[in-house]
Amino acid sequence: MAELTNKERMRIPRQDMPVQDAAARRANFDEVALGLETEAARLEAERCLQCSRPRCVEGCPVDVDIPGFIEAVRTGNLSEAVRIMKTRNSLPAICGRVCPQETQCEQLCILGKKGEPVAIGRLERIVGDWELRERTQALEKAPSTGKRVAVVGSGPAGLVCAVDVARQGHDVTLLESLHLPGGVLTYGIPEFRLPKSVVMGEINHAIENLGIRLCVDHVIGRIATLAELLDEYDAVFLGTGAGLPSFMDIPGVNLNGVMSANEFLSRVNLMRGYDFPQYDTPVKIGERVVVIGAGNVAMDAARCSIRLQELHGNGRGEVHIVYRRSREEVPARAEEVDHAEEEGVIFDFLTNPVEIMGDEAGKVTGMRCIRMQLGEPDDSGRRRPVPVEGSEFDLPVDTVIFALGTSPNPLVFVEAESLSRSRWGTVIADEETGRTTTARVWAGGDVVTGAATVVSAMGAGRRAAADIHAFLAGELEPWSDSET
Amino acid sequence: MYEILHKERLNPTCHLMVVAAPGVARKARAGQFVIVRTDEYGERIPLTIADFDRDKGTITIILQEVGKSTMEMGTLRVGDGLATFAGPLGHPTEVQQYGTVACVGGGVGIAPLFPITRALKEAGNEVVSIIGARSSDLLFWEERMESVSNRLIVCTDDGSRGRQGVVTEPLTELLEERPGQIARVWAIGPAIMMKFASLATRPYKVPTIVSLNTIMVDGTGMCGGCRCLLEDGARFVCVDGPEFDGHKVDWDNLLSRQQFYREEEQQAVERWQHRCQLDEAVARGGS
Ligand SMILES: Cc1cc2nc3c(=O)[nH]c(=O)nc-3n(C[C@H](O)[C@H](O)[C@H](O)COP(=O)(O)OP(=O)(O)OC[C@H]3O[C@@H](n4cnc5c(N)ncnc54)[C@H](O)[C@@H]3O)c2cc1C
Ligand code: FES
Repeated sequence: MAELTNKERMRIPRQDMPVQDAAARRANFDEVALGLETEAARLEAERCLQCSRPRCVEGCPVDVDIPGFIEAVRTGNLSEAVRIMKTRNSLPAICGRVCPQETQCEQLCILGKKGEPVAIGRLERIVGDWELRERTQALEKAPSTGKRVAVVGSGPAGLVCAVDVARQGHDVTLLESLHLPGGVLTYGIPEFRLPKSVVMGEINHAIENLGIRLCVDHVIGRIATLAELLDEYDAVFLGTGAGLPSFMDIPGVNLNGVMSANEFLSRVNLMRGYDFPQYDTPVKIGERVVVIGAGNVAMDAARCSIRLQELHGNGRGEVHIVYRRSREEVPARAEEVDHAEEEGVIFDFLTNPVEIMGDEAGKVTGMRCIRMQLGEPDDSGRRRPVPVEGSEFDLPVDTVIFALGTSPNPLVFVEAESLSRSRWGTVIADEETGRTTTARVWAGGDVVTGAATVVSAMGAGRRAAADIHAFLAGELEPWSDSET
Repeated sequence: MYEILHKERLNPTCHLMVVAAPGVARKARAGQFVIVRTDEYGERIPLTIADFDRDKGTITIILQEVGKSTMEMGTLRVGDGLATFAGPLGHPTEVQQYGTVACVGGGVGIAPLFPITRALKEAGNEVVSIIGARSSDLLFWEERMESVSNRLIVCTDDGSRGRQGVVTEPLTELLEERPGQIARVWAIGPAIMMKFASLATRPYKVPTIVSLNTIMVDGTGMCGGCRCLLEDGARFVCVDGPEFDGHKVDWDNLLSRQQFYREEEQQAVERWQHRCQLDEAVARGGS
């Protein structure tokens, strides 16, 4: 095919990704977004102007050569696309599905100035999915160095760190407290957004090819402390995430029917509660569900609720998202918000709960809310929501799911006094190297940043792995006194 | 897989299992628990550690058949494996030399009480133990408890073994007989028994430690499903407990939260029993 001019390229519309029909998908947990078809992907790749100074790359937390991989997709050379992708991002099938592209690479795409940006995420996904099937890039392990590295936590930060360290020939043990690896990818993000076969496919491939020893059911801080790991291993990476849920400090949070999104999503995803009683773990859903918060976690909880009402209830019911700010401030990925609305989730913006009411048996019956309005900007630059006096009203509800912020689970810090932490409980680590204040201990991902994104956790895992390798190879000074 | 090395039936609904879990055994201490899952389909359920052997690398658990998961686990045999066995979780019992202490166990609660009683005795305490069950056939570990107590009082609701009555009666008598001398009480058993034991000791102002058995998912502080209410706010039983000051616990909240999944549990039990009947019928038809 003849090369197109830039003008012609700009006339190609952004290619839509086929999705499951909204009415149908309300009643199943199958993947919603179905991925671009081959021809659509090629057309989408044609839209890229191949800027000489690509802004999109600046928006990518792991610096993927975006024009490079898109060009390979355009010319149909998918194995080359994979090669380019994997020099920076080892989990494209996952990132293509869950990255907030609209605030990262796609936000900076030059085409977005006048029209719609190149669908970089969708292209990333087809590259990742193709490689999941074809496996063209070998994961090879360098000759053994005899050094032993423990990676604690098997979410994106830990996984990427384990893979990168193992490729250098070090002997890696991946320690995970739950019975399945993957962190939030496994227990938090639902099947309909990120199929578990994709997550397990990537993990198993890496473990098998690199001889990584995976130890599930290993709660560090209990079965072994950090100090004990340091006796046994040459280096330790902490990628334990930010899994500690928080509840609001209002009356009624301990009533039956009130839970954290972590509990709800773990029951649904990790324990496959949506398949109860085939799977033993029950998950209860009421007819009037309220999810508090508007991040990805809240969208996932709300959309799981809709599906459970269809599958386990009688299809009647309402699912609300209650958020104290307005639509503009919603932190979730745009696609998730759209999908949630299409599926029938009702958004109550500028609304804040003040009390949860219950009956004599201790079951939730209602929630008192207050209307909010936006005031002056706060520290985060967003306008601060302030209550509108006298605007209280009651919502009848039977299930309340808190999807507020999470913080690092402190269990891993048992008897680890030398490891400095911030007042939010996050580990203090060097942003470039991941080094903590304890010698031979690195950290990265949500445990350092607080709840963030999959791709930023991966980036941190990768940077730490490079530093761990340099350290083990003796290329770096051991910990300086000021650091220990 | 964590292999079941030994199994015995303690009473019509309780099994004892010795499980190979060297990592857990190396660290286990009295008062802690494990999260157990039968197979890929199973629930994660918390079970208190009833004994451990660091040399042999084993943990003893006592399983009371109360729902589908525990019934199914009860059908496992020696040589079978458990899919998950994570621990030791929770804080261990604070064992010190307190002087004279009372250890009160009801029903299946006698199992977790045993290692605590033993540790208290080994720490030099004078231990008065009170154990009880509905009837003699439900009572177990009398000899074991005797071997780690200075004095053992046994009671059953129907009087079929020991004195007739519930454990709170001898507990109250003890506090009356030896005023000011009982430094601490441990009470472990069904929530309702722990509630009444705490009520019994309250007028005597004797610190009373209870071990709460809430519903759990992860057992590591990640979900909050296990939360209980104390006087000064909520706690996560799996990481802040499982032992708490019984005088501070909101028992009604605990009891109601334990019931939350009752319908689903019943549904699962019925389905399980139905499947067992079918299996039996098939087996009979085939023979
Ligand atoms: C429901 C939900 C939806 C999300 N959606 C998105 C999205 O669409 N896009 C996006 O970019 N981000 C999303 N995020 C955020 C993203 O998932 C996280 O930022 C990312 O997973 C952090 O990775 P991590 O490796 O640091 O930690 P985690 O993924 O949290 O993994 C930490 C792992 O460590 C284990 N662990 C913890 N303590 C111990 C211990 N003591 N011993 C052993 N193991 C331990 C945990 O069990 C867990 O497996 C979402 C988060 C949630 C909860
Ligand atoms: S069981 Fe999940 S936090 Fe305690």
